[in-house]
Amino acid sequence: MSVETDPTQASTDGAGTPATAGTPVCRLDDIEVEGGVVALVGGEAVAVFRTYTDEVYALANYDPIGRASVLSRGIVGTRTADDVDVPFVASPLHKQAYDLRTGRCLDKGVDAAVQVPTYAVTVGADRTVWVGAQQSRDEEPHEPDS
Amino acid sequence: MMAHLRHRLVVVGHGMVGHRFVQAAIERGLTETHDIVVIGEENRAAYDRVALTSYFEVGADALSLLPLGAYDDPRVQLRLGAEVVAIDPTGSAAPDTAGAGSLTLADGEVLTYDQLVLATGAAPFVPPIEGRDLPGCFVYRTIEDLEAIREAASGARVGAVIGGGLLGLEAAKALSDLGLETHVVEMAPRLMAVQVDDAGGATLRRHIEELGLSVHTGAMTTSVLGDDRVTGLGLKDADAIDADVVVFSAGIRPRDGLARAAGLDLAERGGILVDEQGRSTSHPTVWAIGECAAPGGRMYGLVAPGYTMAEVAVDALLGGPGAFTGADMSTKLKLMGVDVASFGDAFATTPDALELVFSDAVAGIYKKLVVSEDGTRLLGGILVGDATSYGLLRPMVATDTNPGIPLPENPEELILPASRGGGSGGVVLPDEAQVCSCNDVTKGQITEAVADGGTCDSPSCVTACTAAGSTCGSCKPLVKSIVEDYFTAQGKTVDRSLCEHFALTRQELYDVVAVHEHTSFDQIVTRHGRGRGCDICKPVVASILATQLNGHVLEGATRTLQDTNDAYLANIQRNGTYSVVPRIPGGEITPEKLIVIGEVARDFGLYTKITGGQRIDLFGARMEELPAIWRRLVDAGFESGHAYGKSLRTVKSCVGSTWCRYGVQDSVQLAIDLELRYRGLRSPHKLKGGVSGCARECAEARGKDFGVIATEKGWNLYVGGNGGATPVHARLLAGDLDTETLVRYLDRFLMYYVRTADRLQRTAPWVDSLDGGLERVREVVVEDSLGLGAELEAAMARHVGGYFDEWKETLDDPEKLARFVSFVNAPDVPDPHISFREERGQSVPADSAGPVSLGTTIPVGPAGPVGSVGAS
Ligand SMILES: Cc1cc2nc3c(=O)[nH]c(=O)nc-3n(C[C@H](O)[C@H](O)[C@H](O)COP(=O)(O)OP(=O)(O)OC[C@H]3O[C@@H](n4cnc5c(N)ncnc54)[C@H](O)[C@@H]3O)c2cc1C
Repeated sequence: MSVETDPTQASTDGAGTPATAGTPVCRLDDIEVEGGVVALVGGEAVAVFRTYTDEVYALANYDPIGRASVLSRGIVGTRTADDVDVPFVASPLHKQAYDLRTGRCLDKGVDAAVQVPTYAVTVGADRTVWVGAQQSRDEEPHEPDS
Repeated sequence: MMAHLRHRLVVVGHGMVGHRFVQAAIERGLTETHDIVVIGEENRAAYDRVALTSYFEVGADALSLLPLGAYDDPRVQLRLGAEVVAIDPTGSAAPDTAGAGSLTLADGEVLTYDQLVLATGAAPFVPPIEGRDLPGCFVYRTIEDLEAIREAASGARVGAVIGGGLLGLEAAKALSDLGLETHVVEMAPRLMAVQVDDAGGATLRRHIEELGLSVHTGAMTTSVLGDDRVTGLGLKDADAIDADVVVFSAGIRPRDGLARAAGLDLAERGGILVDEQGRSTSHPTVWAIGECAAPGGRMYGLVAPGYTMAEVAVDALLGGPGAFTGADMSTKLKLMGVDVASFGDAFATTPDALELVFSDAVAGIYKKLVVSEDGTRLLGGILVGDATSYGLLRPMVATDTNPGIPLPENPEELILPASRGGGSGGVVLPDEAQVCSCNDVTKGQITEAVADGGTCDSPSCVTACTAAGSTCGSCKPLVKSIVEDYFTAQGKTVDRSLCEHFALTRQELYDVVAVHEHTSFDQIVTRHGRGRGCDICKPVVASILATQLNGHVLEGATRTLQDTNDAYLANIQRNGTYSVVPRIPGGEITPEKLIVIGEVARDFGLYTKITGGQRIDLFGARMEELPAIWRRLVDAGFESGHAYGKSLRTVKSCVGSTWCRYGVQDSVQLAIDLELRYRGLRSPHKLKGGVSGCARECAEARGKDFGVIATEKGWNLYVGGNGGATPVHARLLAGDLDTETLVRYLDRFLMYYVRTADRLQRTAPWVDSLDGGLERVREVVVEDSLGLGAELEAAMARHVGGYFDEWKETLDDPEKLARFVSFVNAPDVPDPHISFREERGQSVPADSAGPVSLGTTIPVGPAGPVGSVGAS
């Protein structure tokens, strides 16, 4: 499955369920600022996070290091990496930090290959949050416009 | 008659050194071959005589070195209140046991022995002056002496101490603490004549006079005045002093009378003459250790050399090579709040030695260094009023066998105050320099602990790991500066920032939040930090806000600051489920409630296990099941408990005087009261408490952050203990307290900790990290020296008054409850990642094989927050 349509546009009509935009999971206000929820999307557990500046990111809920479906319950904040404030979530199990943009583990000493799958995610004009397809690992990280 | 296979060893005297001997004998296995009989003249088991002066403050139980009054080894028999009146190393008094020696007790009983260890200590020297036996005259050596002094002081106005040495000044402090106008009468021209010189003595004298005591030096007491009780002291060439209580503290004499009567060799100036192993030079089955012994002809009036002698004697009895070859008599102490230190050749007896002196009469500081003729070596010194450099100076001292450390070019810098160019004078201690003499830790071992391969990142960690500074504490400043110098040299600053978002310590952040009355993380990070925070600073801020505002941890924007477990009010487990631990205050529970717990566990299929904190842990609850479980518990009168988070866990108790035939206080009631009082208190790390109903300590209270142990008169309060990877025993803060005072001290202690400790710093390292350690805690909590007491109590009162059941409040608030769903868009579908298998008849997590997909066939429930949600 892939997302082609501009989801923002796709959802401007409000109530529609355009297959191309993925699955509507909740409203933006259902996600706390710097919090997360977990949604069932295509049978998979997807964690959806909201940052302080209202950017929304989606990662698989499964923490590959802690080996449990828990990421949506982690603390959301920022970490400096190469002089940029990177939004991240800390796993509630062992506190590994995952980059919300790429799903990569930011902790030193962790295998660079450790990466949580990311999902396309968009917020409609009516503030509905849509989760789209899982993004392939090799793909450049999904950068939301901010 | 069959030959004895086991030998009998008799110890005479159950004081500090005799006790250490028995301990070592048990530990090292001497009791495998020897039955030990200990005969002690005092009615109580060995106690900490060094801390005798604190008896009025802490009581006898706290001083005891053997609180249960018996050893944990059936082969050791302790007989107290029994005096040995004669020894016969040749055994002629008991002719039927040829070869063995014998001894006679005051009641006439005769005991034989194969080995005899004399540990009879020393007795105060009372000069043979007229009137010395009058009622009102005392010595200062045993608990009974202090009790008698206290009783006499209650009807008295003026006290006088004869002797201005170390012990005399301690006795004087005790008299003045008892409310007496106090005189110190010293024959020598100065105080503490053994340790300090004239100028040092004069400085010390000014300090003591400032405390309101009268000091008479160069004053010889000629008689004690009075007819049927003491009325004063007659002095030579001076006016008499009125006094109702007189304490003799004019030195000590080894108690060598038994040996003398038996014809054993004695040292010239008293003391049983023994070899390097502690064996009498005249009889090979007689040993002497502690203050009654004179190894090499010299007696030692300090406890540390006595302990060494005890260890050496046990070693020798086991056939080991140990030897006692003398002791470092350097001393550093705080007398009535004044630092006094004396080390090495303090009186410049080395030929041609030179002296360097710094003195500041206004500040009451006197420092002297004794240096070699060529100015390159330190030989000794005296410090009065400020002994901070003691730690650096003592390892530098050169002796006959140790070259010490060369003095810097300007040695005076070592004693000048910092404002006048003082400091370490650029002295760099070599790695071999012994920094901690109590535990023999070198500088090299300290730097090793903080070096790359080492495990430490702070001075307090070094103290915990290497023991440097853990006994008398006098080298702690040096340990700290070695660690800091090391980090500086490595280009590492000791960064105490909380995390990249706050360049503040937890304590600084606490103060900033209080001063600015901040109420949200946003305000705090915008004003005092950077970025948006992380899993380190957010929970810290959450904890600080919880303490200062007493709000609900899930309220509004504070929710997202909470650490894992606080965020869901339960304990997360490896598979993402939670455990619930209903609060069982003090571990007391009715059968009905026990049944409820069982029913809840059964109905929700929860794995059940008894915890170490006297409660019951129910594992395997899915997040969305938590509210239903809490509901059941709340309805049955429980609250779910804090088995998580940085907060009070439990206050463990033994069954106490209600049932136990040994109990002396109701430990269960107190434990319940304390747990209910401090529950919910957010702190830098988890907090545990314990209450034992008697000295047997069945609640293991000293393994807790705060431990309370019942005494006949009330409660002893211990602080700073923990179990875990680095177990620490809690130490006595105050003794024989009534319940009200106990709670007051605990309120202050806990709030002081909550306010000033670092993140994740438990009470033990926190106490250690304070300048002054436990003494500092005592000043703040017991003596209220900072005047903070009322404020700390008020803060705790706010916590207690503002407490509410977090779980119940959550149940009552739909907004807070809304988060407890498996999927935001499919609240009825359980997370398929969670699965269980069975072990020993209960559910346990099945290993996760990786992410699980339900596939697209499972319909996603209709109850999602968005109108028309469906599977894509
Ligand atoms: C107030 C005070 C403060 C002190 N401060 C310090 C200090 O700061 N630092 C330091 O290092 N030292 C200090 N000391 C000295 C320290 O207490 C002693 O060095 C230590 O107690 C010696 O231990 P010991 O076992 O040899 O003697 P003790 O502890 O005196 O024990 C000897 C025991 O033997 C018993 N006994 C004697 N004769 C017989 C007999 N015939 N039969 C049966 N029992 C007998 C005695 O009753 C006594 O209980 C202080 C002492 C006092 C009094």
